[in-house]
Amino acid sequence: MLVLVLVVLFFTGLVYGAVRIPLKDVIQILLGSYEGREAWRHIVLESRLPQTVTAMLAGGSLAVSGLMLQTLFKNPLAGPSILGISDGANLGVAIAMIYLGAASYLTTILAALVGAFVVLLIILGFSRKVSSNVMLLIIGIMVGYLASSVIAILNYHASADKVHQYVMWGMGDFSGVSLSKLPWLAAFSLAGLLGALLLIKPLNALLLGEAYATNLGVNVRRARLLILICTGVLTAVVTAFCGPISFIGLAVPHIARLLLGSSNHRHLLPVTLLAGSCTALLCSILTVVPGSGNILPLSAITPIIGAPVIIYVIVNRKNIHYFN
Amino acid sequence: MEPATAIRTHQLCIGYTGRGQRRVVHPGLDLQLFRGQVTALLGSNGAGKSTLLKTLCGLLPPLEGDVFIEGRPLGDYPPGELAGRIGVVLTERTQAGGISVYDLVALGRYPHTGFFGTLREQDHAIIRAALETVGIADKAQRFVSELSDGERQKAFIAKVLAQECPIILLDEPTAFLDVTSRMETMVTLRRLAHEEGKAVLLSTHDLDTALQLADMLWLQPACPDGTTPRPVICGTPDGLVADGSLGRFFGNDTLRFDPVTRRLVPTRTGQ
Repeated sequence: MLVLVLVVLFFTGLVYGAVRIPLKDVIQILLGSYEGREAWRHIVLESRLPQTVTAMLAGGSLAVSGLMLQTLFKNPLAGPSILGISDGANLGVAIAMIYLGAASYLTTILAALVGAFVVLLIILGFSRKVSSNVMLLIIGIMVGYLASSVIAILNYHASADKVHQYVMWGMGDFSGVSLSKLPWLAAFSLAGLLGALLLIKPLNALLLGEAYATNLGVNVRRARLLILICTGVLTAVVTAFCGPISFIGLAVPHIARLLLGSSNHRHLLPVTLLAGSCTALLCSILTVVPGSGNILPLSAITPIIGAPVIIYVIVNRKNIHYFN
Repeated sequence: MEPATAIRTHQLCIGYTGRGQRRVVHPGLDLQLFRGQVTALLGSNGAGKSTLLKTLCGLLPPLEGDVFIEGRPLGDYPPGELAGRIGVVLTERTQAGGISVYDLVALGRYPHTGFFGTLREQDHAIIRAALETVGIADKAQRFVSELSDGERQKAFIAKVLAQECPIILLDEPTAFLDVTSRMETMVTLRRLAHEEGKAVLLSTHDLDTALQLADMLWLQPACPDGTTPRPVICGTPDGLVADGSLGRFFGNDTLRFDPVTRRLVPTRTGQ
């Protein structure tokens, strides 16, 4: 069912855009048998195909990160940004753009990865000292705030055009990943997602809480470390390539649970992955303003999808079985 | 014939450590838990019943002394192996509401399945048998959140059964249950002990049911700082009634234990 939705959205993403290209032509272009306009072929292969694939990978990665964090922290409001990892990536990018004067995309990406992993190391350091997940969550939020405030101070001292450049990146975007960069995103994302699939068994045990999980023979400390590394890689790589994208990691696990009914990660994790890809594709399609050639920033769309879901879930939590 | 010892402690000191400080809950415990018996752990709030249970199953490290599980020191067990020896039912909140009863019981197979946790046909058979034993097979496909408190307790007991441990520790399994569910739970545990030879240790505040259905009682007195610690009193219900231990343990200014009705009664019954 979700696979079908994903396929439909995939082709919609290729067909629909500032320039509309008929489905027949899109399919011919993909199959390599297209004889028509060179510009269309260029748009589909060089722009829309990488953008669509990027949206699928990024959406799936963020959603799976969110799911793992919600299970680990026993908190339905945990999300990839909560650990401060996206803020860390943000800070890395801000430093690169404003101080190193980096115009090159590669530098930006490296900076985001470094920033994200620095925050991840800080969180991991605390996770050795702090045994409670809730406390660790709060530390993550605080580290995120610290990173944001450093960014604000940097912006204050920077020149206007550099701030503008940074702000544009900060809007979030699936279109910045060209066909040549796509393999890097794909490699990191798929590695993280594979790691998540391998963690399904301990994730299920963690639904019962840490004491029960320990009694079932789970090495809780190690499981927590692996989950954090996995979410760290997924969040960092998506933030580096696409900028900060809010709400997908937070809201999609809820959408998936509501669709599926069960919290059993054996089914929930794949469904979350697919639902994340679908949601990100949908958001990506919705950024195209109908009738004009204009594109809205992604950060304007994701909260419109995500925020109502979270509000619905919180308001109805007494009647939603996975809360009780 | 002397029943087999499941857990033995030697000069065990239970408590917590934090910020370099130790808080002793109860020192010098020498206890023996036997297979084939239901043992009820009684004590007032704060006496340290949960602390004792958590220390016995390795969730809390002992401050001093030793715990032997089937003759072998607790610390010698790798986590996976210990999970096959002791199963617990705890009072802590879970996020299990969103999984089916069947999936919950299936988690009990965790230590026995492979890396991906794939259930084989024999695992399914064990899960179904566990659901039958506690009498909740008809609710297998329901979500845990749809169960009543009594049914939820049964589901967690089924999870422990699927874990196939010879030792089962339960922290207040009958709290919050109505009288029927309370008795049913106790009868189920008794059957497991007597028919399958499991060692069952449960903490409870329910003196009536414990006297009626437990084979052994452990009376754990509170151990406030600065007082000489009193030992945990162990014995059969009949023995502890007869020798006045229960009377001394529960009696105070306003209540006394009546050995005939086996109830706590006010010292002055009024006119």
